[in-house]
Amino acid sequence: MKSTKVEVCYVARVEGQGAINVEVNSGGEVKRSEFAIFEPPRFYEAFLRGRKFDEVHELTSRICGICPIAHQMTALRAVENAYGIEISEQTRQLRRLLAFSAYIQSHSLSVFYLTAPDYLGYDGVISMAGDHRELVEFALRMKKLGNDIGEVVGGRAVHPVSAVVGGFTKIPTREELSPFLDSLKRAKKEMLDAAKTIGGLDFKTIDDENELVAIHSDDWYSVNEGRLVSSKGLDVQEQDYREVIDEVQVVHSNTKRSTVRGRDTFMVGPLARVNLNRHQLSTGAKKAVAAVGLELDSMDPFDNVRARVVEIVQSIDESIEIIRNVDLDVAEQPVRAHIGMPCEGAALTEAPRGLLFHGYRFDKSGAVTHADIVPPTAHNSAHLEDMLRALSPGVVKAGGDLTFECEKLVRAYDPCISCSVHAAVVKGGG
Amino acid sequence: MLTENKPRVAVYKFTGCAGCQMELLRLEDELLDIVEKIDVVYFMMAQSKEDMGPYDICFVEGSVSTPRELEELKVIRASSKVLVALGDCAIAGCIPSIRNYMSQSEVEEIVYDNITPIRSFRVRGIGEYVPVDINLPGCPPHKNLIYETITAALQGILPDIKHHPVCVDCKLKENVCLLTSLGRACMGPVTKAGCGAICPSVGRVCEGCYGPMSDANPDELAKVFRRAGLTEEDVVRKFRKYAGITEEFRKEAQI
Repeated sequence: MKSTKVEVCYVARVEGQGAINVEVNSGGEVKRSEFAIFEPPRFYEAFLRGRKFDEVHELTSRICGICPIAHQMTALRAVENAYGIEISEQTRQLRRLLAFSAYIQSHSLSVFYLTAPDYLGYDGVISMAGDHRELVEFALRMKKLGNDIGEVVGGRAVHPVSAVVGGFTKIPTREELSPFLDSLKRAKKEMLDAAKTIGGLDFKTIDDENELVAIHSDDWYSVNEGRLVSSKGLDVQEQDYREVIDEVQVVHSNTKRSTVRGRDTFMVGPLARVNLNRHQLSTGAKKAVAAVGLELDSMDPFDNVRARVVEIVQSIDESIEIIRNVDLDVAEQPVRAHIGMPCEGAALTEAPRGLLFHGYRFDKSGAVTHADIVPPTAHNSAHLEDMLRALSPGVVKAGGDLTFECEKLVRAYDPCISCSVHAAVVKGGG
Repeated sequence: MLTENKPRVAVYKFTGCAGCQMELLRLEDELLDIVEKIDVVYFMMAQSKEDMGPYDICFVEGSVSTPRELEELKVIRASSKVLVALGDCAIAGCIPSIRNYMSQSEVEEIVYDNITPIRSFRVRGIGEYVPVDINLPGCPPHKNLIYETITAALQGILPDIKHHPVCVDCKLKENVCLLTSLGRACMGPVTKAGCGAICPSVGRVCEGCYGPMSDANPDELAKVFRRAGLTEEDVVRKFRKYAGITEEFRKEAQI
């Protein structure tokens, strides 16, 4: 028997340009397991040097068109940590609303546009619309709902404009936000129904034990701030991120391996969050856990799809709460930064795809002297390679389609390769 | 109509953030109607069908910054009737073009431990290398502009790209002028309209994300900025942002 090779040069239905190289020999041994990235580098950490503290979030927003809000929130908090800025409760709530709008948009895209076609037998959402018109129309409505909330709060859906260091230049009115309450309630009901459909798809399983990493707070479902925790007992403040997470360049692979210091690769993203923040789940999200059939202790990367469904409902519940309770009577002015001394700051948030780190140093004029950005897909890529390794022998033994199964695993992580690319050494040939 | 059959449409991504493709996908209300009229034959972010052409309309998001992209661009130009530069990166590199003002080895060494496998050169818009039929400005171009481009192409005409400055739209919105009334460094007077003056409408200066308008006068605006108290470095940062390598802004984008 010959060895089985998988070489997917350009993985479709993921953001950015990535490739899969897997080889299983005739003895069932995995000889190679690579998630290679050929996305062109854009060198953000280089050209951010010399730029001012108040434009960092605007520039880093352009790292990713799917999760610009996550990059903005992280950059803003890193800058605010550097300058000791305390934001108002109004700003905190509106930023949470922005983050949840991004979850609704990004997760709907991932679950219905990028993942579902694999399991329902289509090449994409457009061809799926013929036979599954209602599901596709629902998916479009969900994505639009997330985008519309983001547009009202942030001034624009893709690369929002009103969030700035210290607050917002303009806040939405009650009249602008209230109409979303009915759409959100309707979306929740429909999403709980769709959860059964998604939960019923035929996902493969991987039983390996993994370390899951996310931010956490006892007081709320953490998206924009929290302590860094893991399923193996890690628990530190966000400033200590660089003390506990290592990135190493290894010979056999073209991506850097992110590891928990002294341990192994780890997984970030929806499943890690739901697992580690299970006591912060909303009533609706708990219903979604049951409807989609998610085991809360699961460490199986394929269960990221189920966790996305849970988080869409969580985001709907959170958005309803915020819209009902946020105080919009007086627009708080953005808190000003006092420049004049060199300083540094870092922040961790949860982008839709998982843990996102930004760290900056500034000179006395407020210009960046050093930038350090680690996006979710950089955290996950080595883990994804480990899981390709774990998945492949079983698929080959059962005579399955290894290429297709590897692609499905990659999509379960919903990698965002444009984001990841700064941390990956690009494969030769550009 | 471009062809007897449904026009074959492709969406490519080069060096960029996927935000322009996301804006295209934000046509949620129109998407199912559009695909009745066109055939989306290549769109890797959204579907796993790899149809290598020929195409009636080809949207390209992102700039050219690697040898592979340059080769691919020439191939898709040859197989496309209408080639559309989708957004600022494809037009003139957008934000990542800031690094064009640093040396290539310097930027590579800041980001990578081992620069040997890096195949990257300074970012350029696709029009630098091949003829482009339509430039859709913006970071990102508004979805309505993308929609108009498709519907116009179906009728064999060009979309209506605005050439006047953001100021015109800002006046129509009756915003207080941030530049003349408040002395703030707004890029509106030299920036192409099309966004709906969204930033000044939320109390923020225009940062220039639709690129230079026709017949812009950046030299004069730079003088206004200096009079308002901006340092030489501040002025450079203003112009070296979304369109720092365009012919219009190149002079003000360097010290």
